[in-house]
Amino acid sequence: MTARQIYLDHAATTPVDPIVLEAMLPYFGEVFGNPSSIHRWGQKAEAAVEAARSDVAGVLHCLPEEVVFTGCGSESDNLALRGAARAAARIRGARHILTTPVEHHAVLRTAEQLTQEGFELELLPVDGCGRVSPKDLESRLRQDTAIVSVIFANNEIGTINPIAELGALCREREIPFHTDAVQAASQLALDLRELPVDLLSIGAHKFYGPKGVGALFIRRGTPLDPSQTGGSQESGLRAGTHNVPLIIGLAKALVLTAASLDEHGGHYRRLRDKLITEIPLRIPDARVTGHPDERLPNHASFVFRDLDGNQLLAALDLQGFGCSSGSACKTGDPEPSDVLTAIGLPREWALGSLRVTVGRSTADDDIQAFLGLLPDVVSLLRLVAVSRT
Amino acid sequence: MNQLERIAVAMSGGVDSSVAAALLVEQGYDVFGIMMRLWSDGPRSPNRCCSPNDMAQARKVAGQLGIPFYTLDVQETFKRQVVDFFLDGYAQGTTPNPCMECNRWIRWTTLLEHAQAMGATHLATGHYARVVEEGGDFRLRRARDRNKDQSYVLSVMTQSQLSQARLPLGEYTKPEVREHARRFKLSVAERKESQDLCFVGSEGYRSFLSSHAACLPGPGAIVDFAGRIIGEHTGLAEYTIGQRKGIRIAAASPLYVVAKDLVNNRLTVGPRESLGNSEFVAGRVNWVDGHGPQGPLECLVQVRYRARETEASVISDGEAQVRVVLSNPLPDVTPGQAAVFYDGETCLGGGTILP
Repeated sequence: MTARQIYLDHAATTPVDPIVLEAMLPYFGEVFGNPSSIHRWGQKAEAAVEAARSDVAGVLHCLPEEVVFTGCGSESDNLALRGAARAAARIRGARHILTTPVEHHAVLRTAEQLTQEGFELELLPVDGCGRVSPKDLESRLRQDTAIVSVIFANNEIGTINPIAELGALCREREIPFHTDAVQAASQLALDLRELPVDLLSIGAHKFYGPKGVGALFIRRGTPLDPSQTGGSQESGLRAGTHNVPLIIGLAKALVLTAASLDEHGGHYRRLRDKLITEIPLRIPDARVTGHPDERLPNHASFVFRDLDGNQLLAALDLQGFGCSSGSACKTGDPEPSDVLTAIGLPREWALGSLRVTVGRSTADDDIQAFLGLLPDVVSLLRLVAVSRT
Repeated sequence: MNQLERIAVAMSGGVDSSVAAALLVEQGYDVFGIMMRLWSDGPRSPNRCCSPNDMAQARKVAGQLGIPFYTLDVQETFKRQVVDFFLDGYAQGTTPNPCMECNRWIRWTTLLEHAQAMGATHLATGHYARVVEEGGDFRLRRARDRNKDQSYVLSVMTQSQLSQARLPLGEYTKPEVREHARRFKLSVAERKESQDLCFVGSEGYRSFLSSHAACLPGPGAIVDFAGRIIGEHTGLAEYTIGQRKGIRIAAASPLYVVAKDLVNNRLTVGPRESLGNSEFVAGRVNWVDGHGPQGPLECLVQVRYRARETEASVISDGEAQVRVVLSNPLPDVTPGQAAVFYDGETCLGGGTILP
């Protein structure tokens, strides 16, 4: 019935920028060599990978050798946590892991699994916006803290953490500090000269690059054990033949994104602020989740009391809008998300979450249409939910 | 393209609902799939209507057909309207039919309302039955495949529900539906169908009852027609009228359950000839046309799913209640089951047989 197709889920993934695709194409056929090979075919591919590494380093303001390519943002998180925790245990007997309850599962589940190897997991408190306070971190840092990991900007509620201050506290104590910047990298300028961060994860598909490739920044001198062993690619930290075209794609996408942050940022913020201001005005029992200002420029998130969030997503999809929620559940057995629970939302609010993330192609009209439709959809769904009880 | 109708198809991952969806897509309708998450008895015994595997199958079919697919959480409503009804029925000594409650409250009320709130104009299912519109009235007819006919469980439907229902399989036989599945290259073409109650685990309904209904009456006396105690039963819920197995009393001729006396917790048994009811009362009667007959009705009545119908007179007996007089006595008139009335192929409605 509706031909409308408006994608408002750019925090989930983005389309590959045509310029990025163009840059990748030669590396599927024309330049197909294995960067580890001795011959010219290999050397050509190796040169491309190293150029990509330099490009990434240029954007992040770090050294090329501090960049390791991985298979995705989650893999970067896994390598950072496992690698740093195991190295800290091996070198200095440190077995205390400090992280937060609002991490992406790539961090949280990894940290939980490490407890089976004898690590002790401690979660930092967060405030109602999902932020970690430097004071709370300071009081919990220990001599035997192996690694601290705090998400840069949360994927569900968009809140940006005070990474510089948190990192500085760790640096004073020479404790490795990791941040999952998978969301942040698409929206914020990341300058690793300024940021006292030792490990930082990114994934290409969040910034108009291809899926299946990520990178981990590892500050020189940070002890790290490999978790995927095999060949000596990536300084022995990540075995496996380089996925050359995807690595080229990541670098190209990151360069283009960093160069256009200002151009897109203003647009994103305007649309986001419209959503954040209007939705609670137009819909009863609606709240913004996450920090009002310290949040990702393209990220608006909400909870609606007594509403089935999954059904809201389905109804919006049928009206031509692609959105997400905190506890996207494809099996019809919804549980409130860990993040929304951690910021203290009761179940009747947390189950009705909605995340709207705009992108380069999102137009003012799209948001206008969305704002026009959402109140009706919500009230209709609430009506049938009430008739059920 | 049938652009004005957007049809939600209740998909189960089975062959019937998959073919129903495929046929509607082929006919050019704007279709989306929806699967209900029903209540289950803990994660170890997933509901058979929506196990992870069923859900994966349904999702796969939807993907193949290129239609969106969503799930809907109705666990609480299902527990209250279907499972609790089932348990209460047994506690009251009847043999309830939870599938009819599911059609009444879950499929054609909750699911229909939610599908509409999501933007659907109609709800389609893989039921074998036909809905025919005649001069603004909606008639419910038996399926062309009499062996598969499910009009019995749909006899709870109202005019408004029927007007929003689409039953694409009504004109096909099961073999034809499988043929369609193969033609559409649906991976579910050869899937077997389950006949059991979806929410009862593999241990069976007796074990389900004993673990959920603490208030079920316990063991008591088995008596013959003269009122003589000739044995002990293990709990009335375990017996149904006409049942032969499980009585465990030696007699010259086989004994059958003839009556259940909940007040005295007694089970009456007798020879086959003693089975047979020629009259009963049905309550909670739904007339498909919305008003029911004026005066006594000569029609056919079916007292069990898949049973043969028999001639009867149906006489109004108060609000939503009727007295049914059978031309020939039936051995298996069972309180809790539905008596469904037919005029030839047309389902007129039905009610619950009262004790």
